[in-house]
Amino acid sequence: MTENLMLWQALNRALDIEMASDESVFTLGEDVGLYGGSYRVTEGLYAKYGEWRVRDTPISEGGFTGLGVGAALTGMRPVVEIMTINFALLALDAIINMAAKIPFMSGGQFPMPLVIRMPGGVARQLAAQHSQRLEHTLMNVPGLRIVVPATPQDAWWQLRQAIASDDPVIVLEHELLYFEKGKLDPVTPPPPMHQAIVRREGTDLTLVSYSRMANLAVEAAQQLAEQNIQAEVIDLRSLSPIDWETCARSLHKTHRLVVVEEDCRFAGAGAEIAAGLTERCFFDLDAVPVRVAGLDMPTPFNAELEAASIPRVEDIVSAAVQLTGTASRSG
Amino acid sequence: MDRDTLHRFLYDMLLARAFEERAAQEYSNGNIAGFLHLYPGEEAVAVGVIHAAEPSDYLITTYREHVHALVRGIPARQVMAELFGRRDGICKGMGGSMHLFDKQCRFMGGYAIVGETFPVATGIGYSIALRDLPEAVICFFGDGAVNQGTFHEALNMASLWNLPVLFVCENNHYQIGTEIHRHSAVVDVYKRACAYNIPAEKLDGMDVINVYEATRHALAKIRAGNGPQLLEFETYRFRGHSMADAGNYRPRSEVSSQASRDPVETVIHEAGIGYPSQAEIAAAGPDLVDQLVCHVSATGHFNEQHIENVRREIDDVVEDAVQFALSSPSPTLQDARDSLYCNRRHETLLEASHHD
Ligand SMILES: Cc1ncc(C[n+]2csc(CCOP(=O)(O)OP(=O)(O)O)c2C)c(N)n1
Repeated sequence: MTENLMLWQALNRALDIEMASDESVFTLGEDVGLYGGSYRVTEGLYAKYGEWRVRDTPISEGGFTGLGVGAALTGMRPVVEIMTINFALLALDAIINMAAKIPFMSGGQFPMPLVIRMPGGVARQLAAQHSQRLEHTLMNVPGLRIVVPATPQDAWWQLRQAIASDDPVIVLEHELLYFEKGKLDPVTPPPPMHQAIVRREGTDLTLVSYSRMANLAVEAAQQLAEQNIQAEVIDLRSLSPIDWETCARSLHKTHRLVVVEEDCRFAGAGAEIAAGLTERCFFDLDAVPVRVAGLDMPTPFNAELEAASIPRVEDIVSAAVQLTGTASRSG
Repeated sequence: MDRDTLHRFLYDMLLARAFEERAAQEYSNGNIAGFLHLYPGEEAVAVGVIHAAEPSDYLITTYREHVHALVRGIPARQVMAELFGRRDGICKGMGGSMHLFDKQCRFMGGYAIVGETFPVATGIGYSIALRDLPEAVICFFGDGAVNQGTFHEALNMASLWNLPVLFVCENNHYQIGTEIHRHSAVVDVYKRACAYNIPAEKLDGMDVINVYEATRHALAKIRAGNGPQLLEFETYRFRGHSMADAGNYRPRSEVSSQASRDPVETVIHEAGIGYPSQAEIAAAGPDLVDQLVCHVSATGHFNEQHIENVRREIDDVVEDAVQFALSSPSPTLQDARDSLYCNRRHETLLEASHHD
């Protein structure tokens, strides 16, 4: 039965279901246990499953992420929570040099059923060291899968699928989405965890986005509709691999592409998306793809500057208006 | 020490030495490339420690791991083929010298980033403890690795949660060319363990029987529920750090005194530094393989003819390994993809349909 709940609750339930059905699933991270998780994702699980399966760790990101790798090597299915993606920099050796490479370096002997969850993104005035996204860094690592749920429904299914997967999967959550509500339908079969979805149909241009920005893109599309511009919105849901097919199908129809991302524009995820789609859809495109992205600067503390440093709905709207205008002038 | 055990020590140490010297030769012949870190001088540690372990215990080690793999029971053929980067290597040529893995033998890998093994070992220990199994994990590392943050993070967690991890330091006194008293504020590695409440001791790592006994004792403590233990074995590598390293930073006499027990005063003078001390070198003794050979013949366990036969048998094994490696094909790009995609379980990936 469909329910309305917050994204953190969806994650919490997903974890609970998987822990209940498979004893090899356990979770660890700073304050995930007694405290219940910084964003409440592990709330109640410590009481239910005990400290060995819901383990509070010391502040040792490199250490406990590597611990997850070791446990996964022996057939456990650890879910490591890194408090925020900013601290994942300390764990990059475990993520990149170990989790992503051991299956390969061992000639395929060792699967890596490891999930690493981390919240990230620009939240509210947390300043440069606590506000960033690093998907580009992780996207560049063969062997890792990255999912970016934007709705409770996706959060629920994708986390469950990530736990069931034998690949190392990074679940990139967004700090501003945890307390957003959405529908959870536990019955309808889910799309594969790496499949993109069309969040809104349209004919005039395609907005490709993910995570919180996908929600902004939907909002922008609603405003564009008032100006008689029909934007199709694609939520990628997964950044590695990327579902190019769904995007290409859309571009075949709309002929115009806007990529929306929160991260810095330079060498970011948007660069890969724009380049990948240009290669695939060059003859479908009526105009140069446009990237709406964060500014190439660390996140400022000041609230107004912070807001100006990442895309807002109006930025997406104006980029779309400009693109459709250009295209119709030239066409 | 019973005859069978001694025989296994003897065989493995002779095999270790012969295998590594042959690997060096094959490197010069151009059959092995990349980084190649050899183990001569340190054999007593791998042999003593690994024979003290049960087959159900896990091992995890560094890039200097060929001998650990051999002693653990991975056939010389497959180790050599991996060094050659061939398809019949233990990791199908995807891992190479520094990354040997064997799931069956619970050989959880050689890791080329110094310090990585600590958290992984802790994770394996966690997995054992969580399931309450009578197993342990043995984590090998060099003296240089203890300055890495992961050492401290992992020891803290292992101790905090009483995990069944045996940390084994192969202290050969060098981190490439930097001697221990120039890289570590505490030259006794074992003393660092007390910061985390982990029982630890320093032992002669040149005497295989000594290593074996100490390890058995430590593992028994772990199995009795006493949590992690740390053993520091003092040893010495006769070769450079890797084949790329001639080892010029070490006075020649230091190396030769380790091998042949030359008067040690010269060493101390030449080095102009406190290490190695007379006492330490005396404890280290002569070439450990020779030492064991002398021991087993002196104690009447094996006569010279027997030892000679073992040597010949090993020569054949090593020669066969090289021939096997030479005749094994190179892996294909498809093999590489299969290794990368070995994980797929409930799901097909979209990209697979693109590239296939
Ligand atoms: C994190 C990291 N830094 C540096 C290196 C380069 N490096 C390779 S081996 C080595 C020395 C390690 O010495 P030790 O741990 O004592 O082991 P040993 O080689 O003596 O067996 C260094 C610095 C590395 N592989 N990883």
